[in-house]
Amino acid sequence: MLRLQKLTKTYKTGDQALKAIDLDVPKGQVLALIGPSGAGKSTLIRCINRLVEPTSGEVLLEDVNLVKLGSGALRKARREMGMIFQEYALVERLTVMENVLSGRLGYVGFWRSFLRRYPQSDVDEAFRLLDRVGLLHMADKRADELSGGQRQRVGICRALIQNPKLLLVDEPTASLDPKTSRQIMRLITELCLERGLAAIINIHDVALAQMFVPRVVGLRFGEIVYDGLPTGLTPDKLTEIYGEEDWEATIEKVDEDEEIEAAE
Amino acid sequence: MSHLELDDMLGKGWRKPAFVKNSMLRWTLIGGFVAYLIAAFMTIEVNWSRVYEGLDRGWAFVLAFTSPDFISRWSDIWSGLLESIVMTVASSVVGILISIPIGLGAARNIAPLPVYVICRGIVAISRALQEIIVAILLVAIFGFGPLAGFLTLSFATIGFLSKLLAEDIEAMDKVQAEAIKASGARWMQWINYGVQPQVMPRLVGLSMYRIDINFRESAILGLVGAGGIGATLNTAFDRYEYDTAAAILILIIGIVMVLEYLSGIIRARVQ
Repeated sequence: MLRLQKLTKTYKTGDQALKAIDLDVPKGQVLALIGPSGAGKSTLIRCINRLVEPTSGEVLLEDVNLVKLGSGALRKARREMGMIFQEYALVERLTVMENVLSGRLGYVGFWRSFLRRYPQSDVDEAFRLLDRVGLLHMADKRADELSGGQRQRVGICRALIQNPKLLLVDEPTASLDPKTSRQIMRLITELCLERGLAAIINIHDVALAQMFVPRVVGLRFGEIVYDGLPTGLTPDKLTEIYGEEDWEATIEKVDEDEEIEAAE
Repeated sequence: MSHLELDDMLGKGWRKPAFVKNSMLRWTLIGGFVAYLIAAFMTIEVNWSRVYEGLDRGWAFVLAFTSPDFISRWSDIWSGLLESIVMTVASSVVGILISIPIGLGAARNIAPLPVYVICRGIVAISRALQEIIVAILLVAIFGFGPLAGFLTLSFATIGFLSKLLAEDIEAMDKVQAEAIKASGARWMQWINYGVQPQVMPRLVGLSMYRIDINFRESAILGLVGAGGIGATLNTAFDRYEYDTAAAILILIIGIVMVLEYLSGIIRARVQ
């Protein structure tokens, strides 16, 4: 359903964040993207919905090449891709309901959105989603009154109300405690299963990824160095992904050991 | 810089590194500045006998505040005050409405480069021309009266508000706006959902402050013939009617204090 072909991103500074990435994501598959900081995980998912413009290569979403789209067609294509962010990225001064409904912006006209007069079907769906994540009673609270886990749930509702085919998830648990992290990962994978959604989840917690997803892709210096089952992540493979020759090598090694223990 | 071992550093004491590293240069700069300051003060001539004479006049002025005369020129004061308020409200509304699009255009993170350059240019021109200079020019074009004052204040509001609004937009949280963009929003929807909520409290606060400034400026612009309470005040000074002038100043102070109080309440509500 989603196919990346020779996707490359070179930043103006000359840093090559992605080096000719090839990746296939079939319909309904949830995969985790792991790798050290700076490996290009964030750049990769942002190149898919073009929050970051790829330098070359193709992004095919159901055979439409997103890289070639003009601004109008790109907006239409973005409706098909829900995004969930690291620090939740809710608009803090808007209410929970406004944040959820903002996922419908690609479908409604300017005046409707400006006057907050959304179609009844959108409002109903927003209520249903909030109820699904257990936040219906918070609908009129301002987003900045919520706790981290609650905010991320609202972020999930905002992505799902777009009725997307694909979820792009950028470090969903990075600012959450371990218990909430698991709950959020469980919620995301459950909802993907319910709706038959494909998802790419950037995550640096390898143990957490292994717990919830059927496929793991390891990224290192902008290249895919692992693609397979979570059980195939041996200590050797993790060393290959996280590397030992960079100056952070010792720190990384400690991290890896912990993660491997946790995984076992 | 050689690498220092811990043993060399223990017991050595520690100071924050100086901003200017070269100590010769540092002390030259400090010494030069102090010398300039002393020289500068010495060039300001003070005519002490003139100051002594002036003290009486100043004292008369201050005394006038104890017996402000609202009555004898009340109709002049009232019409001047109304004119100032009309000028303030009209110029603030027009100025703020024009400032918002220019402010959006002057924010580097949301405007394309050509738009940015043009909008920054407008801001720079508006800020470079001081109100009094603009007022003198506009009085020359449109004649005496509040029209010149209204246009002057609108023009000044644009420079002030657009600049500060643009700076607030540039300092906003990029990710919140990014999330709205990722949903497939149009540009206007993106501004309305992703940018506006972030800058609204500041925009409201700055607007209230600008209304305050516009009212005070309207008292000054009268001095160059641009209408308002300033014209009445100027006349009072010309006639040495310090009691009337005091009444006008008390009214201005009162209105500014009311505006200050209102702006506090409004800003607290939009936070």
